[in-house]
Amino acid sequence: MSNYRINKTDFVDQTSRISFKFDGKTYFGYKGDTLASALLSNGIHLLGRSFKYHRPRGIMSCGSEEPNAICQINDETELSEPNVRATEIELYEGLEVSAQNCWPSVNFDIGGINNFISPFIPAGFYYKTFMWPKSFWKNIYEPLIRKSAGLGKSPTKPDPEIYDHKHVHCDVLVIGGGISGIMSAKLAAQKNLNTILVDDKNTLGGSTIIQENEDFKINNEISKDWLIKEIKELQKLDNLTIKTRTSIAAFHSYNYLLAKENLTDHLPKDKKNNSIRQRLWKIRAKKVVIAAGSIERPLVFNNNDRPGIFLANSINKYLNFYGVSCGLNNFIFTNNDSAYETAISLFEKGISVNMIDIRKKATSNIVKQAEKLGIKIYWNSTVTNTFGYRKINSIEIMKLSDDGSNVMGDKIKINCDCLGISGGWTPMVHMHTQSGGKLNFRENDQVFLPKDGYPNQISVGSCNGDFELDEIIKNTNRNIKIYLDIKNTDYDNLDISCSKEVEKRNIWLLPNYLPIGKTKSFVDFQNDSTAKDIKLALREGFRSIEHVKRYTTTGMATDQGKLSNMHALGIIAETAGVKMGTLGTTTFRPPFTPLTFGAIVGRNVGRFFDITRKTPMHEWHLDNNAEFENVGQWKRAWFYPKNNEDMHKAVQRESKAARESAGILDASTLGKIDIQGTDASEFLNRVYTNAWSKLAIGKCRYGLMLNEDGMVYDDGVTTRLGENHYLMTTTTGGAANVLSKLEDYLQTEWPELDVYMTSVTDHYATASVCGPNSKKILIKLFPDLKFDDENFPHMSFQKAYLDKIECRIMRISFTGEQSYEININSKYGKSLWEKCIDAGKEFDITPYGTETMHLLRAEKGFIIVGQDTDGTMTPVDLQMDWIVSKKKYDFIGKRSLYRSDTIRDDRKQLVGLLTDDPNEVLEEGAQIVADINKKPIDMLGHVTSSYYSPNLKKSIALAVVRSGKKMKGQKLIVPMENKNINVTVSDFIFLDKENSKLNA
Amino acid sequence: MFVINCPYCGERDQSEFNSGGEAHIIRPKQPTELSDDEWAEFLFMRKNIKGIQFERWNHTHGCRKWFNVVRDTTNDQIHAVYKMGEKPPKDY
Repeated sequence: MSNYRINKTDFVDQTSRISFKFDGKTYFGYKGDTLASALLSNGIHLLGRSFKYHRPRGIMSCGSEEPNAICQINDETELSEPNVRATEIELYEGLEVSAQNCWPSVNFDIGGINNFISPFIPAGFYYKTFMWPKSFWKNIYEPLIRKSAGLGKSPTKPDPEIYDHKHVHCDVLVIGGGISGIMSAKLAAQKNLNTILVDDKNTLGGSTIIQENEDFKINNEISKDWLIKEIKELQKLDNLTIKTRTSIAAFHSYNYLLAKENLTDHLPKDKKNNSIRQRLWKIRAKKVVIAAGSIERPLVFNNNDRPGIFLANSINKYLNFYGVSCGLNNFIFTNNDSAYETAISLFEKGISVNMIDIRKKATSNIVKQAEKLGIKIYWNSTVTNTFGYRKINSIEIMKLSDDGSNVMGDKIKINCDCLGISGGWTPMVHMHTQSGGKLNFRENDQVFLPKDGYPNQISVGSCNGDFELDEIIKNTNRNIKIYLDIKNTDYDNLDISCSKEVEKRNIWLLPNYLPIGKTKSFVDFQNDSTAKDIKLALREGFRSIEHVKRYTTTGMATDQGKLSNMHALGIIAETAGVKMGTLGTTTFRPPFTPLTFGAIVGRNVGRFFDITRKTPMHEWHLDNNAEFENVGQWKRAWFYPKNNEDMHKAVQRESKAARESAGILDASTLGKIDIQGTDASEFLNRVYTNAWSKLAIGKCRYGLMLNEDGMVYDDGVTTRLGENHYLMTTTTGGAANVLSKLEDYLQTEWPELDVYMTSVTDHYATASVCGPNSKKILIKLFPDLKFDDENFPHMSFQKAYLDKIECRIMRISFTGEQSYEININSKYGKSLWEKCIDAGKEFDITPYGTETMHLLRAEKGFIIVGQDTDGTMTPVDLQMDWIVSKKKYDFIGKRSLYRSDTIRDDRKQLVGLLTDDPNEVLEEGAQIVADINKKPIDMLGHVTSSYYSPNLKKSIALAVVRSGKKMKGQKLIVPMENKNINVTVSDFIFLDKENSKLNA
Repeated sequence: MFVINCPYCGERDQSEFNSGGEAHIIRPKQPTELSDDEWAEFLFMRKNIKGIQFERWNHTHGCRKWFNVVRDTTNDQIHAVYKMGEKPPKDY
């Protein structure tokens, strides 16, 4: 195999050989190579098959704009990654690469048949074709399309790599390490500003770093040599951080930028272990200098996509940066001067090169230099066809007509093994527009440029439309001086000489002797959309660029149209006969280049994905075989299976025990808010529906909290601990929101109230002991306390000590049994729990979880906010009118309780349901109807809670039913998939309506 | 993500704050005396302005204080920040 490494450069260490595999075969490259340059040095151009037509495709560029050379790396390992651009990945020992979108192999690909049937796959093919029959979509079309579409394979194994996030603040962020970025960073750092310079490559220098042409000099030095000295000076500056291998992914408002730094992707496999692979920088910059440069445009002509066709400047970079020649018999096809630098570079290294220029002539120095060297130039000509299946082997050239709309004269067919194309340059305005900046269109060279006047950001260099070396330096220097308020700089009196382009000619779609339908002139290489597709879209009536884009998929591939969007716009403008500047552009969305999911999530994986809150008794639950339920961020004991019980059996046992002897529940997760202040009672009066002023010290009261719209928001028991001191409990899930809501009212509506609130949820652990024997257990634990109903009645509070540790005991009940909630400093939560278990042993105290708690409260007809309510239930709907004070002048939500809508008597209302078959347990969420035969069926409501009650020995359910209050005794139907269940509306309190158990 | 200058803490990232919707909607002192329409006006009606908007913000992950912000909804520029109870700036 021939070796195309013909040149020694400063950037590739040809003493350090690296082996890698491409499609199973081993090759060699050198340290400093990208995968692309290493493959090219081995003469490999064919890297994959195109997306739609499966045409052979090769490397086309040398950077992030690459549309074709995307491959799968480390396939079938845990480091597998699809759609990696060969032009961006740095070569490392052990890298394994495979071609994508081809089967059985890249050289012989069955999908290639699409290329021959392509006249039948126009734009919108999928939308038009797979419409009928409808039933075919799910089982035939979709699996087929999925198999043939797509590029790489998604990794299936967990990503073993480590990713990181870092927040930084800086005075100036410079994006891009080309000549203008280097100048800007130096000026900023010299001004004593804390500066960061980022560049996505491994070395600074941009395109000037390979500029060796005599025609471009700064202070009489070749521009490359001048820049290398500047970079050395830059590295001496203290307050400048240089981040290479770092690309800006997004530029958000207020100068908030995301940058991805590659830390280990270029290292050999054995050095990657246990280090951070990528770091996402979250940068807040006072000022941003965008020096992102520009990307060379391709030319759009027939068969412009064969392997061996490169952007002209990329050929130059492979030659002068990597020392690799892309071909030995080159043609460069251009509409501008920049490609002549490549031609001269090739010529000077003794490589055959010819020029094809669509212009009629050019008079600049660099063109004269080429002519003087004897490089043959075909003026006023265009390529009309290319040949060679797996790699280009010849081209066909014709003369252009005077107006450029047609071709004329003879077809000349010439052999070549590499074709460079250059259609001019597109400024990278992505960052400017992502930040919200608008664009202007410059007719002269058909570029969109950043509009001035955006605060705290500036674009300099070629991304601002300066393409000539002297303009770049002078304008960057001038603009940065104004922007950063600098008086004099090192760059004020530079002597710059450079060739300047004089003649310009641009043809977005080059003419051909064939009708457009017979050509394949690719606009978007990665998504395989051609000029023909865009014209078809226009013929079919699409006009907006955003619609044409989506219909033809131009610009929608992983390269986001970096090479294609301008040509699509140009062809639309030409075809529709409108000015290009008036079309606007498609939206430049972040990320600029694809980000890994790893970089996005950083360390927030596994147990760091979300906070897990555990109660002080958590260890005990674990030791005692508890299953856990997630309630918000809390882990709550769900049930405690014994001897391989399933949940149903465990819950039946636990709930029977709680009613017959004693049960214990970990209630630590309930929200607890400490409320103090001289207006605390008044405050509670305003936030709860019932009255609080007369609650005696030491007493507890249940409260219902509404939203201003009258709907139930939260509930819980509040205890008056002192004259101006209350402890409010909330639902587990609602705790944070309730506190926020109360703070909102206190700060914004009632700032005159003297009230202070603190969340004490985590400060106290709560063990709730319930059941007929609960009192006996409490007496054992607190022998000094009087537990008779007179001294410690239901709904009251006592302070007591357990081994000198203060406890707050509330005699309140969520089960209907006599029950005590013991609160203790959370540090002692586990020991309190263990003491309760010990004391309860003789009564066979049974720990029960949330599932049993739900069952017990449902037997008693207590609602759970969020399960039996859904933000559309008023207290009246819940048949809880008793808790709504008629006397109070106002409370949150009061006025809404008699809006025309809330006083309707056909609202959904809470009822009990009993199944005709007492063993049939309804499904929660099931619909409830009265008449099954009427179509459409009238939905009356749904089941909100449903259990089999071991204490009542029957199935019970809570439900919300339209006008349910009036329906007691009425028969309804719960239709299920395979049967209709007959139910009867009942009272929703199923057990001990008289509260006899509470006061026993 | 924009930066909000909390009147109590200074400049902080937006992620520390929560928006509380339109500012200067005062809860009626005598709700019971309002008609359904008047109550609905307070309860449901909110402006959604393209341009300068007066908003309530809460420094949830900071001092937990509520305050008012004058924000241009078209470009997220914040023109003024002032405490609850203070009069809105007149220039907008």
